Amino acid sequence: MREFRYERAADPAAAVALLAAEPEGAFLGGGTNLVDLMKLGVATPDVLVDVRRLTSAEITDLPDGGLRIGAAVPNADLAADRRVRERFPVLSQALLAGASGQLRNRATTGGNLLQRTRCPYFTDVTTPCNKRAPGSGCSALEGVHRNHAILGPTLEGPGTCVATHPSDMAVALAALDASVRVLGADGERVVPMSGLHRLPGDDPSRDTTLRHGELITAIDLPALGMPSRYRKVRDRASFAFALVSVAAAVRVVDGVVDDVRLALGGVAHRPWRATVAEEALRGRPATEESFAAAAGAELAAAVPLRDNAFKVPLARNLVVRTLLQLTEDPR
Amino acid sequence: MDTEITLRVDGAAHPLTVDTRTTLLDALRERLRNTSPKKGCDHGQCGACTVLLDGRRVNSCLVLAVTVDDADVTTSDGLAAGGEPHALHRAFVEHDAFQCGYCTPGQICSAAGVLAEARAGWPSGVTDPGEDGGDLTDDEIRERMSGNLCRCAAYANIVPAVAEVAAAEGVRR
Repeated sequence: MREFRYERAADPAAAVALLAAEPEGAFLGGGTNLVDLMKLGVATPDVLVDVRRLTSAEITDLPDGGLRIGAAVPNADLAADRRVRERFPVLSQALLAGASGQLRNRATTGGNLLQRTRCPYFTDVTTPCNKRAPGSGCSALEGVHRNHAILGPTLEGPGTCVATHPSDMAVALAALDASVRVLGADGERVVPMSGLHRLPGDDPSRDTTLRHGELITAIDLPALGMPSRYRKVRDRASFAFALVSVAAAVRVVDGVVDDVRLALGGVAHRPWRATVAEEALRGRPATEESFAAAAGAELAAAVPLRDNAFKVPLARNLVVRTLLQLTEDPR
Repeated sequence: MDTEITLRVDGAAHPLTVDTRTTLLDALRERLRNTSPKKGCDHGQCGACTVLLDGRRVNSCLVLAVTVDDADVTTSDGLAAGGEPHALHRAFVEHDAFQCGYCTPGQICSAAGVLAEARAGWPSGVTDPGEDGGDLTDDEIRERMSGNLCRCAAYANIVPAVAEVAAAEGVRR
């Protein structure tokens, strides 16, 4: 591990100022991903600015029935919060579907959003990887890629990358239209979840649209007002990343889909908001046939690799099953 | 880069100078000679290094020692107050909940965390939506202990060991 200086700051603005002057520095939240990447030599910061308890660790009510989640709220506390469980069960379920009890106790809300892909080539510094070493190539394209992206990857050129975003929480936040409050040297700005994470495009080294030194301070959840659910399929029953996951919310009025939110995990470089399926569902009968048609429309854009084509029917079936479950038993 | 910290471990304060790169696990084992937490994978995947940090279970291999110089660290050793085994220690012995024993201190600390989380009503990934998580069924114990691997596969005895203490503490119906 590269040597680094460890810094604490008096407040978020001071932390942002500190890091602005350190081009190779990084913020440290819970460290459950960053410390591991430092051990592996994937992350090599020369300064760590500890922000784990600098931003708010509180969850507060917003006037519209939504919630503001401080970036320092541990994943475990967010999942257990009674307001989250009652108003946004999809978020609690997504958090509890991820990681282990130990990791959830330490990992923060802000850090969860910024965790890096678990692509085995990204974490192995001896192999080519355009995300870790831009221009070196993508080992996963022809290598072990059973759990890689089927939507929105870059399949050729120097930006080639088929990695997926690993977070369950972020998939729920995408479905919930959350917005991310970010503090930078020029003040605060608000980034919608739909604009936070990137597709690889021609620069897979950048997971998000955040600039160096910008600090996530809070996540805002607007009121939802419909039942929601998270379902995740993985290779073992617990403590594994998603093959495919679905965050869904739906409101049915007189047998017709009045409103719906759908996001997919484990299928793309970012949480995949299924806007095509949502559009196809609004105003349609809440039936298995409609759900299947909508999921099929979304997945028409899929570009599976040699060994992950199974994710296409898996994602389709999971969307259908989750929407059926939500409409038949909307608790 | 050397930094001075004080680690409070199992009730005793230890002033230390550590390189900033030192994990809590390495500080405990290599500097304080507290070999109760074990190094398995060193990547947060196996749970052998689990300790309680201000009463909450964490992977000590992913925690930098410099970040916890104001926290109380409890290892499996420290759960044995005054040398008296903790109820979990006794239950693991009575149920033969280990073979080689390497993962056991991490399992014990994790189980102590599970009991506290259940007392607080925290749900898990297998808790029915809308329900509290205060009833540690076998399925609940398996899910909540999934961050602790046992290469000897003593799970069949670990679950009853945790279940016995959960029942005694009123978090298993």
